[in-house]
Amino acid sequence: MSVDAIETDVIVVGAGPCGLFAAFELGLNDMRCHFVDILDKVGGQCAELYPEKPIYDIPALPIVTGQQLTDALMEQIKPFHPVFHLNQMAESLTKLDNGRWRLATDAGTVLEAPVLVVAAGGGSFMPKKPPIEGIDEYEGKSVFYAVRRMETFRDRTVLVAGGGDSALDWLINLQPLASSIQLVHRRDDFRAAPDSVGKMRALVAGQQAKLHIAQIMGLEGSGGQLEGVRVKPDNGPEYTIECDTLLAFYGLTMKLGPVANFGLNLEQNLIPVDTEKFQTSEHGIFAIGDINSYPGKLKLILSGFHEAALMAQEAFRIVHPERKQRFQYTTSSSDLQKKLGVAA
Amino acid sequence: MKLIVKQADGTATDVPARLNWTVMELIKDAGLPMRAECGGSCACATCHVYIDPDWLDKVGERNDEEAYTLDGAFNVEPNSRLSCQITFKPELDGLSMTLSKDATG
Repeated sequence: MSVDAIETDVIVVGAGPCGLFAAFELGLNDMRCHFVDILDKVGGQCAELYPEKPIYDIPALPIVTGQQLTDALMEQIKPFHPVFHLNQMAESLTKLDNGRWRLATDAGTVLEAPVLVVAAGGGSFMPKKPPIEGIDEYEGKSVFYAVRRMETFRDRTVLVAGGGDSALDWLINLQPLASSIQLVHRRDDFRAAPDSVGKMRALVAGQQAKLHIAQIMGLEGSGGQLEGVRVKPDNGPEYTIECDTLLAFYGLTMKLGPVANFGLNLEQNLIPVDTEKFQTSEHGIFAIGDINSYPGKLKLILSGFHEAALMAQEAFRIVHPERKQRFQYTTSSSDLQKKLGVAA
Repeated sequence: MKLIVKQADGTATDVPARLNWTVMELIKDAGLPMRAECGGSCACATCHVYIDPDWLDKVGERNDEEAYTLDGAFNVEPNSRLSCQITFKPELDGLSMTLSKDATG
């Protein structure tokens, strides 16, 4: 089929804790896997939303942070050499004539495998968009939620919105390129690296950047070309900041995204599965972790771990139909220990 | 004990309240639109509500972390709170609020 498709045993969409642990269970059962995740790092919500917050309900770990759990899972699955395609959104899914699945990402990666595991949690992390009517028409032309190429912003009059690291980093980095640059944030308090806050303050003091303490209320312009952004300070009337480009950094939110178009049954944005194999309405496609639903479902990481283990049993039957399944314990099986690289 | 939860279209719903539940949990449990993506860890601002001004004193001030997380919300007003950071107690019986677009999506 496609010449540059990567062939593997299992494609996992989502590199959160449940997806990562799936690589372990799949690996013990002789299945290799490739991950696709929209974030630029592994760990899903654990890494993105609460890397430093303690989790208390992981079995046998009285306390662990989101990042520590992610790091430990990465260590645990290392023997199975999972491959990660990060910063990519799983965009389209096709069933091939040979019964395999082909997944294409928005970055052009094409993966083919007999088994697909959707471990996408609350969905794809996407930038929060200001709830301004008509903003869509400006997106990609004069309103942006990320910087892919800095050159795009050369000689533009840029307004950066937000009070975190992304907003300040891009203000500082784009300042030399842009014809003018301004920052708008709701309050004069920034949750960002102290060094970045210092640099921003210096640019403002040197009149190389202007700071507005206000919230954005509306856009002015036409045909997708921004001419100004209406803002409102807490105690004052609205006014317009003239600019031809808005870069908005309000953090990320979760949207189901293209998974909704994979042809799977959905119920309230969740994927119904059976509780024996955690298979979806499509043979060979499984859903584990927060994104699935079944009677009694609890959105707990530990539930996702259990689901991963049972899923891997059925995945084995699909990937290795000629082989007899053998249930073994890592404690006693020299075969499993060899796979884990710990055999005596 | 109850909360009164209003939506942008003006509909008001009585939500049964339970001691020591967070307001976010109560609203979600009642089946009203409430994204609360991070599940109550004060990380996402998708449980943003506007407390009716009469109730602000009883509800109390935002905590520091909440104030930062509200940086990721839109149309923040002086009466904006993250409902996952308000724990229901008897004095809040009848607490009235409006759901934000951040919460309803």
